[in-house]
Amino acid sequence: MIAVKHVRKTFQVARRDAGFRAAVKTLLHKQYDTVEALKDISFTIDDGEMVGYIGPNGAGKSSTIKILSGILTPDSGECLVNEKTPWKERISHVAQIGVVFGQRSQLWWDVPVIDSFELIRDIYKTPEAVYRKNLDELTQMLQLSQILKTPTRQLSLGQRMRCEIAASLLHDPKVLFLDEPTIGLDAVSKIAVREFIKELNRKKGTTVILTTHDMQDIEALTSRILLIGKGQILLDGSLSQLKETYSDQKQLTVAYSGSAPALCPGMTVSSAQPGQLVLSVDPKVMSISKAISYLSEHAEITDLSVSGASTEEIVVQLYKEFRI
Amino acid sequence: MKLYLKYFSIHLRSAMEYKSSFFMTVLGQFLMSFTGFLSVWFLMDRFHEVEGFTFSEILLCYSVVLLGSSIAECFFRGFDRFPQMIGNGEFDRILTRPRNEIFQVLASKMEFTRIGRFLQALLVICYAIPTSGVIWNAENILTLIFMILGAFGVFSALYILYACFSFFTIEGLEFMNIFTNGGQEFGQYPFSVYGKWILRFFTFVVPLALCQYYPLLALLGREGSVFYRILPLCSLLFFLPVLIFWKFGVKHYKSTGS
Repeated sequence: MIAVKHVRKTFQVARRDAGFRAAVKTLLHKQYDTVEALKDISFTIDDGEMVGYIGPNGAGKSSTIKILSGILTPDSGECLVNEKTPWKERISHVAQIGVVFGQRSQLWWDVPVIDSFELIRDIYKTPEAVYRKNLDELTQMLQLSQILKTPTRQLSLGQRMRCEIAASLLHDPKVLFLDEPTIGLDAVSKIAVREFIKELNRKKGTTVILTTHDMQDIEALTSRILLIGKGQILLDGSLSQLKETYSDQKQLTVAYSGSAPALCPGMTVSSAQPGQLVLSVDPKVMSISKAISYLSEHAEITDLSVSGASTEEIVVQLYKEFRI
Repeated sequence: MKLYLKYFSIHLRSAMEYKSSFFMTVLGQFLMSFTGFLSVWFLMDRFHEVEGFTFSEILLCYSVVLLGSSIAECFFRGFDRFPQMIGNGEFDRILTRPRNEIFQVLASKMEFTRIGRFLQALLVICYAIPTSGVIWNAENILTLIFMILGAFGVFSALYILYACFSFFTIEGLEFMNIFTNGGQEFGQYPFSVYGKWILRFFTFVVPLALCQYYPLLALLGREGSVFYRILPLCSLLFFLPVLIFWKFGVKHYKSTGS
């Protein structure tokens, strides 16, 4: 159980104009801006939930994760993770969580992965039996057996990420924080990582909190979304709920031969290639059936499909709506 | 401690991934500090005595400081690298692990190449011990061990202090080198030769003289008081304000973006 109440965090950011003169001036007199990274954040997450934490760059996602994982001390507010305040009882708190930073490694660069794992086992004081069991399970689920003996520096990004995730689960954490776990991965690795996280949540009931910019991650993994912007929680709800409220728009993918069809009100182009158009249709202006019949009248259609708006579009729309 | 040995073995294995680089650096380290030795030697060849200290006596002093600082450099190197650790987010990782932060920073890096310096200090002390004219009874041996331990402690604390500053600013940390490198350079001679103010500075601000000048006087039989012999242990009190400062720093840790 994670409970966050009225958490606030500000940073002092040094400010300086461009140019040499300004640089000299700052040397003598520094100017600081106070940036409110988190204004007033409150939410609760139950055990075993998978929550997607989304928001544009600089919205405060990472700051929240860092507070929850005991790295940062907030200016004010309360926060309990498994009945512990992360920044006050750091050591006993972090023994029960796992953290994966997509952009940073926790493995030792020059030694084989298995050596890193063993050191992590010793750092967490994981009992040998638990470690063995978890290692076997993770090796099998993430297909690590081939790469355990390779030094980390020689792994591909996808391989490394699988090892990173395994490394943060060796001690059976109750909560797993994933900060952009699929960043830079190819399609196969992404899917493997997602599948694994789903499996983990289902099998062990691990609470998963995920920040990402990849909406497919969100779609594949989480049922609940927290949207943060400008340091505030703007939205807390399920993905399907979100889709209903924020998007009644439908997407039409049209393949045609000959000249492109002219559009009529209610249709907007999402993307266009020679021979193919992706249109958004607003049902308030024009019904789908009308749109289809309109299109078939005006162009030689070879293929057509209808789908709901993608999560990506909903999020863009959300960002627009909240002006973040 | 067991965990530290595990880290130790990982670092050793990492260092051995680049063998030739390792040995070149060891050699480089040896030669670099050898120039320090040479400068003392040339000077003493000409003047024979500085402020009443003979060549061997000065070498004793020189090797104690070098031993202490080279061991500290070997094991406390992680703190020297601390600004980078903050910059690249390694310290975030440390905070998410259930162990003491100082221990983890300490274990994050070991600079085995400093063994070059250490070896040289060892050679010098092996020369200085029989030639310094000190009678090596149990009392004096213990004092010498205290001196090395104290020097090691003060340099280690200086490294941690250096790291503490980077919680608040990443720039302008060069001034700390006055204490670390400065301590090493000045420490080649008993601090009294530099005059009253330097001696006071290294007694009350950075207590390096407590493990060098004062106990040396006791070793050479110029001061009888036992107090002078246990002064090196008092220098370890320097850790106290440094550790408080560290705790304060961690609380104000800002992390980096992303």
